[in-house]
Amino acid sequence: MAIYESQELRKPPISQVGIVRWLRVNLFSSKVNVGLTLAALYMLYVIIPPMLGWMIFDANFNFGEFSFLGFEFGEIMATNDNCGRAAACWPFIYEKFDMFVYGFYPRELVWRVDIVFALAASLFVIVRLVRNYKYKNKVLLAMIIGFPIASFFLIGGGVFGLEVVKTHQWGGLMLTLVIASVGIIISFPIGVLLALGRQSNLRVINFFSTIYIEFIRAVPLITILFMASFVLPLFFTGGISFDKLLRALIAITLFQAAYFAEVVRGGLQAIPTGQYEAADAIGLNYVQKNALIILPQALKISIPNLVGSSISLFKDTTLVLIIGLMDMLAMVNMTANDINWLGRETEGFVFVTMTMWIFLYSMSRYSKKLEVRFSTDHKN
Amino acid sequence: MKQDKTLLSFLNNNETRAIAFQVITLLIIAFVIYSGISNLMFNIEAREIHTGFAFLSNRAGFDINESMITYTPEHSNLQVFYVGLINTLVVAVVGIIFATIIGLMIGIARLSNNWLISKLAGGYIELFRNIPILIQILFWYNIALLTLPSPRGSFGFFDSIFINKRGIYVPEPVSEPGFVWVLIAFVLGIVLTVFMRRHFRQKHDKTGVHTNTLGYTAGLIFGLPLVVFFLLGSPMHLDYPSLQGFNFKGGRTFTPEFLALTFALSVYTATYIAEAIRSGIEAVNKGQKEAAAALGLTQTQSLKLIVLPQALRVAIPPTINQYLNLTKNSSLATAIGYPELMSAFGGTVLNQVGQAVEILGMTMAVYLVISLCISLLLNVVNKKMSIKGR
Repeated sequence: MAIYESQELRKPPISQVGIVRWLRVNLFSSKVNVGLTLAALYMLYVIIPPMLGWMIFDANFNFGEFSFLGFEFGEIMATNDNCGRAAACWPFIYEKFDMFVYGFYPRELVWRVDIVFALAASLFVIVRLVRNYKYKNKVLLAMIIGFPIASFFLIGGGVFGLEVVKTHQWGGLMLTLVIASVGIIISFPIGVLLALGRQSNLRVINFFSTIYIEFIRAVPLITILFMASFVLPLFFTGGISFDKLLRALIAITLFQAAYFAEVVRGGLQAIPTGQYEAADAIGLNYVQKNALIILPQALKISIPNLVGSSISLFKDTTLVLIIGLMDMLAMVNMTANDINWLGRETEGFVFVTMTMWIFLYSMSRYSKKLEVRFSTDHKN
Repeated sequence: MKQDKTLLSFLNNNETRAIAFQVITLLIIAFVIYSGISNLMFNIEAREIHTGFAFLSNRAGFDINESMITYTPEHSNLQVFYVGLINTLVVAVVGIIFATIIGLMIGIARLSNNWLISKLAGGYIELFRNIPILIQILFWYNIALLTLPSPRGSFGFFDSIFINKRGIYVPEPVSEPGFVWVLIAFVLGIVLTVFMRRHFRQKHDKTGVHTNTLGYTAGLIFGLPLVVFFLLGSPMHLDYPSLQGFNFKGGRTFTPEFLALTFALSVYTATYIAEAIRSGIEAVNKGQKEAAAALGLTQTQSLKLIVLPQALRVAIPPTINQYLNLTKNSSLATAIGYPELMSAFGGTVLNQVGQAVEILGMTMAVYLVISLCISLLLNVVNKKMSIKGR
C-alpha cells in the first residue's frame, strides 16, 4: 500500500505576488507601458526636484526671531536683498499676508473681518450639528438671512458705532469671498425666476427670459463688467452714483443668474409631467404648484450642478481685477511694487494660486460628494 | 349678485390672468427700457459724448504690435476692429487645436491601464482645472517675461529659432509666384479624396470587398501638392530671423502675450475636453465591446466601428461647448495686452473715443455671432450623431 504524503505547496513565483506583481501589472505590463512609465518618470524628474527646490529646499524661511519656552529660535527676518533670486522668499508673503487677505482694510479694524470669517466657519459646523434637529429648517433660514446682513454691517460698518470702511478699501481674499458670496446669494433667486420664466407658457415672459439667458451666456463676462463700469452709470440720472464694487457686483449677479437659470431649468425638465398634472389636479395655483411640488424636487436634483456653477463664479471673481478692484490677484502686483520687496511677483503668484486652488479643489470635491449623495439612479 | 359671480369668474379665468400678467410684464419692461434710454440720451448730451458710428472712420493713432493684416497708426478705428477680430479668431483657432490635442491625450491617458500615467493625467486635470484662467494667463506671462533672456542673450536653436523676452522667432516660409498652384493641388487632393472614398465605399457595399484607403488619401492630400511643388522648382523659401542691433529682424515672431494666452487657454480648456473624452469612452457599455469581439471584429475594428462612434456622441457636444468657452475666455487677453478684439477695440479704442455703448455693443455682437455659429454647429452635429430610430 502506497503511502501518500502531502507535499508543501509551492510558493507562487516572486513575479506574481506583492509589490513586484503590482509593478508588473500597473506599470510594466507591456513594452508600450514600460516606455510610457519611463517617460513619465523622466518628466517627473525634470519638473518636481527644481520645483520643490524653489519652493522648499532652497527657499528662505527666515520669518524673524521668536522665543518658545525660554529658547530663542530663528534668525533675523530676511529682507529682499539677502533672500536671493534663485528660490522663493517666503518672508515676503509672511510680511504681506495681511495685504493678501484684507487688502487696504484699516489694520486696526481687521478684527471685524476676522469675526465674519469665524462666523462663516462656524456656519459649516452648525449646519452639520442641526442636521437632525426638529427646527432645522428655521435655524438654517435664519442663518441664510442673518449671516449676509451681519457680515455686511461688520465689514462695511455704519451701525452700532462701528466705523465706516469705504468699499475702495476692501480688498484681498476678503473681497474675493464677498463678491463670490453676494453673487451666489443674490443671483440664485433671480436664476430660479428666469428658469421658471423660460419654462412658462406665457409667451412674453418666455420670450424675454430666453433672450436674456441666451444673450448673457453668449458673451464673455468681461464685456458685461465693462458695460457695468462704463455704461450702467449712464442709465441713471439725478446724482445716483455707483461705486466700483457695486458695479462689479451687479455685473456678476446678472451674469451668474443666467447660468443658474440654465442649471435650474435642467432640474425642472427632469421632473415628470405627472407631478405638474397631479399638482393641477388637486387644485394648486401656479405659485403653490411651483413652491410646494415642483421646485423642491427640481432644486434638489440641481444641487450638484448649482455647486458646479458656483465654482465657475468663484473662478470668475478674479476678473474684477481688470476693472480695477483690489482682489487677491491684484495684490500680487501691488505688493511686489513695494520699494522694499521689488520683483517678488512670482512668490505672490504662487501664493495666490495655491490659495485659490485649495478653495476651488475643496469645492469641487464637495460637489462630487453631493453628486454621489443625490444620485438617484441605481447604477451600482 | 349674479353679475359679481361672472366678474369673479372672469378675474379668476386662467386666460385672463395670463394676458393681464403678460401685459403688466411688457409694460414694466417697456418702462425700464424707456427710462433707461431717455436717461442715457440725457447723460450722453450732458457729458457731450458723441453718438453714432462716425468714430469708426477716424484715425486710430496708436500702434498695434501684432497684426495679421496691414495696420499703422494712420489706419481707422474700423481697421483696429478688424485687427482685433482676426486676432481673436487666430487665438481661438490655435487654442482650440492645441486644447483638443492635449485634451485627447490626457483623456485617453486618464483611462490608461498604466497606473502612473493615469494618476499623472488625473493630477493634471485637478491641478489646472481648479486654477482660474486669468491667474494662469498672468502667471505664464510673468514667468516668461521674468525668466527669458534679453534679445542679445537669446536661446538659439540651429541658428534659425530664437527665444527671448520679446518672443519666439521662427523662420517664415515666403511663397514665390507659382506657389498658388501647390495650394490648388492641395484642394484638388482633398476633393479627389472625397470622391475616391465614396467610390470604395460603394464598392464595399456592392461586393463586400474592403479596400484600405489610407495610402490613397495620404498620396492625394500630401503627395500631389509635393509633386507639384517640386515640378515647379520649389516656389518657396524660408526667411530666417537674425539679430540686427538690439532686436531680431525677419522671420515670424510669436510675442510672449500670444504665447502665454494660447498656452494658458489650451492647458485650461484641455482639462475639460479630457473629462468629456473620458466620460464619453466610459459611457460605452462594456457589452458593446464584448459583442464586437464575439462578432470576430479585431481590436482596431471594434474601436473604430463600435466604441468610438458611440463615445464621440457623448463627448463631442461638451467639447464644442468648451470651444465656445475658450473663445470667450480669449477676451481675458485684456489683462496682458494682447491686441485681440476686447483688448484692442473694447479697451484701447474705448479709452480714446469714449463711446462705450457703441463700442461694447459691437464687441458683444461679435461674441454673440461667434456663439450663435457654434450653437448652430452643435445642432448640426447633434442631429447627425443622434441615434436614428427606425
